[in-house]
Parts: sequence; C-alpha cells; structure tokens
Amino acid sequence: MSGHSTYQPQGKFLQWLETRLPIGGLIHSSFVAYPTPRNLNYWWTFGGILSFMLGVQIVTGIVLAMHYTPHVDFAFRSIEIVMRDVNFGWLLRYLHANGAAMFFLAVYIHMFRGIYYGSYKEPREVLWILGVIIYLLMMATGFMGYVLVWGQMSFWAATVITNLFSAIPGVGDAIVTWLWGGYAVGNPTLNRFYSLHYLLPFAIAGVVVLHIWALHVVGQNNPTGIEPKSEKDTVAFTPYATIKDGFFMVVFCILFAWFVFYIPNFLSHADNYIPANPAVTPTHIVPEWYYLPFYAILRAIPDKLMGVIALGASIVILAFLPWLDTSKVRSARYRPLFRQFFWLFVIVCIGLGWLGSKPPEGIYVILARIFTVYYFAFFLVILPLLGIFEKTKPLPNSISESVLGAKA
Amino acid sequence: MTTVSSAEHTRRDFLYIATGAVGAVGAAATLVPLIAQMNPDASTIAAGAPIEVDLAPIADGQIIKVFWRSKPIFIFHRTKKEIEEAQKVNVADLPDPEPDSARVKQGHDQWLVIIGICTHLGCIPLAHQGEYDGWFCPCHGSQYDTSGRIRRGPAPKNLPLPPYKFVSDTKIQIG
Repeated sequence: MSGHSTYQPQGKFLQWLETRLPIGGLIHSSFVAYPTPRNLNYWWTFGGILSFMLGVQIVTGIVLAMHYTPHVDFAFRSIEIVMRDVNFGWLLRYLHANGAAMFFLAVYIHMFRGIYYGSYKEPREVLWILGVIIYLLMMATGFMGYVLVWGQMSFWAATVITNLFSAIPGVGDAIVTWLWGGYAVGNPTLNRFYSLHYLLPFAIAGVVVLHIWALHVVGQNNPTGIEPKSEKDTVAFTPYATIKDGFFMVVFCILFAWFVFYIPNFLSHADNYIPANPAVTPTHIVPEWYYLPFYAILRAIPDKLMGVIALGASIVILAFLPWLDTSKVRSARYRPLFRQFFWLFVIVCIGLGWLGSKPPEGIYVILARIFTVYYFAFFLVILPLLGIFEKTKPLPNSISESVLGAKA
Repeated sequence: MTTVSSAEHTRRDFLYIATGAVGAVGAAATLVPLIAQMNPDASTIAAGAPIEVDLAPIADGQIIKVFWRSKPIFIFHRTKKEIEEAQKVNVADLPDPEPDSARVKQGHDQWLVIIGICTHLGCIPLAHQGEYDGWFCPCHGSQYDTSGRIRRGPAPKNLPLPPYKFVSDTKIQIG
C-alpha cells in the first residue's frame, strides 16, 4: 500500500537528480503522499517519537564518546569530568541518561498500543517481529551503556547479567569467561561493552529502516482494526500525520525536558555515584526501571536455571504473539473480554516492575509469582482461548463509517 | 548470453561447489580469531599466579577477603561453635550435599577458604549474616552456612573452594 507517487520534481537540479537517483520520489511517496488511515489517534504518534529519541541518543552519545575513557581507572572519573568541566557536559549526559528512559517509556507505550489494537496480526507479523528485535537490541544497548558509568550499580549489573549465562549447563562458565575476557568483570569487559554500545544503535537504526519498510508495505493498522477500503478512509501523511506526530513529539519533549532539568537523577540510583568496587556488592541492587518487570520474573522463580529461562522466555514470547492470539478481530474496541484481560496485563506488567524494585522476601516474592503466572498465562492460555470463546462486537463497514457514522 | 539448463553435471557445477566449499571453510576459519580474541588474554592469565597468605593475624571468628584471579577469596577463622554447627548438619538434607570435612583441609578445621562469589548470579555475600551464621547474599537472598554451603535461596551450589594448600601451619598458598 505504498502511496501512488505524484511527485513532480521542482527545478532543473531535482529533475536531473530524479532520473539518476529517485530519492525525491521515495521521500514523497513515503512521507508526503503516503495514505494514512483517517482515524489514527495519538497512540500512533509514538513511532515518530521513537525515531526522534533514537536520533537524540545517537547525537548525544557521539559527543559524550568524545569525552569518555573506557578504562577501569578512568571511566568513572571521565564521567565526573563531563559533569563538572566539559562545556554543557552536564546537559549532554543528562539528556543521554534520561533519553534512554524516555526511549523505553515510548517503546513500552508503542508496544502496548500494538497489543491493544492487534497491530501484530496478519499481514503485520514481520513488522511486529522486527519491532521485537529492535526492543531486544535496545535492551542490550541500554544495559551496556549503564555499565560504562562504572559506578557500583554499573559493575554489579554487569556481573549479575553476564552471570545469567552461567546457568547454561556445561558450557555456562566458559561462556561467562569469554564474555568477560577475564575471571571477573574487568577492563576487557568495559572495553568491549564500549565498542558494542557504540555499534548497536546503528544496528537499531538499520532494523528501524526494515521496520518502516515493512510498515509501508502492509500499511498502518488503525483504532478500528479494519483495513482502509476506499480513498475516503485515508488522508495524506503530509500534512495530517506529520503535524499530529510533530505536535505530540513536542508534548513528549516537555516531559523529557522536565526530567532533564528538574529531576535528572530521579530514575538513577545513589549507589552508582560510588566508583565500582569489585570487593563489595551494594546491599540492594536493582536494574534500571525499564528492566524491572523481567528482573521480578527472574527472582520469582527459586531455581537458577528455570529463573533464567523464564526471564528469556518472557521476552521471546512476544515474537510469537501473532500466532498465540487466535482472534480474527484485531482491535480491542470490538473485543470486550480481551479488553479486560489486556488492562489486567498492563497492571501486571507495572506490578512486576514495582515488585522488581523491592527486596526478594516475604509477600513480594509471593506476589511476583502470581503476577509471573498471569504474564505467561496471558500469552499461552488467555489469548489462544479468547479467539475461540469470545463473542466480539460487530465491526463497522469502513473506517469512514466508524468516524462519520452510517450516513457517510 | 544464453542460459544453459541441463540435468547433466557440468564443469560449472563443479566450480560452484568447489568455490562454495572453499569459501565456507575460509569463513569458518576467520571466525576462530574473531571469537578467540574475546577470551582472557595472556597477561590476564599470567596475573593468575598463586599467592601466599599469612593466617597468623586473623583472629578467632574473623573473616578476611583477599583477591586471587580478580575473585574475592574469603578466609574464615572459625570458632569452635561455628565448626560444630557446620559439622552437626545432616548432610543429606543439604541442597548441595557436602560434609564439612570435604570443605576444609584435614587437621585445619578452623580454616575455611572459599571463593566469595554467590553461585547464583555472582554477587559477593555479606559475612556473619543470615540464619545460618555464615553469609547472606544481598542480591537475591541466598544464605550460606559456616561451611559456605548453600542452605536457602536461589543459588544452586555451595561456595566453591579455590585450589590451595598449607605451606606451614599459619600460611597458605592459593592457586
């Protein structure tokens, strides 16, 4: 459903270029004439916001790399120098650190929107799976970036996360030594994390191109979950979607700026302002907020190997969502039962996040187990069965009918 | 240019297979240095040479921490009560059954020498904490007894023993 290109190059140079590299036509058909469903709401603006946040992270990251030293003796100090001495260093680092949090906030909203409106269903399975790959790359990138700070939380996060691989029977310890480049997390580990932290955002950008390509092949889903049938159901990307995306991006930036300028350390941990010390583990270690639900799942299971498997499965299961959800109806708007289970799922995910930040004892462990069971049951039991038993509401005949009423 | 389609094997088929095979072997061989470079380098391995530790200054009940191969080693001078606690446990009830005698050198019951890395996810347990007078791991709540054996929590194994020997009554060599 790529837009019919009506692109007419203006001026001699653009005409000359278009016959040699038709990039003007590509941009025009993708971001100007591209037809978008006329009923998209603000939840559809997060794709644009995410592209913007990736840009923010790459730009601030490249300049921070000009001041950072990836060595165990200098890493922590070089970041303090960024904060105190480098011109606007405090701003660039707070943008980068809080930018990561905003990036994850946006991606979670984007993912929940996809689940609510069934955006992963045929023919958008590949689009969805590319999104899951981007999310995995984001998690790896975010984790390694956090380690570069080389504070106490950085060091012990690196230790705990790399040790997850030690659960693999037989070769686990060899893999962990290989990841470290030593017998513990140390200078070789920091060096390779720095190399990969610089590389992975560009890998993300590459997969984002594939994600947008797949999107433009199958077209956007919309709140009704039914495909556009006539020209009345769509509007041109520009100006309609560009202004909507742009407006909400600015609103999102206000939130971002509020964090950066007023509470820049709200999401970080005081322990990470203590330089890394391999001899002492902080008494209460927790990952960054965006990993907490998975951390809670890990801790909910009393067995090491099973805990690690559950942690991995909780992420990988997302890739199978298009086949686990058996309902033919996409949008939760017409699925009364699914809608209730969906909101319960959102509450469970946030609940797991809260439990991940609590110490692993007493009621917290019991709640984490209950929530973990629901998390997996949502995918493996509820979604497959709902498609069979749920009585869905009647779908409108077209997008324009749902917007304008039957008279249209 | 014409396309030759023939069920018979041609010299081009041979070239395809031979080129592909050599290419695959070459690509696989290239992976060896690319993967091997991530393993500990020569200086890291060399830095893991044995160390000697003098036990004389360690008081009754005290635990000291030394580093060997960048791993913390706990040296625990156990009191009589702590030795008894470790010995009277019913070994069969333990998650990772090991008698206390297998965790110390014969005739040196008071000295417990273990690698101080939680066998769950690698945190360093806190000494003299938890319900078994041994160690408590702050990360995920594993508890070890006065013999460094796992008693409760997600850790699957006892705290491991480093290779070490007594060079005299008050001196050990680790490594």
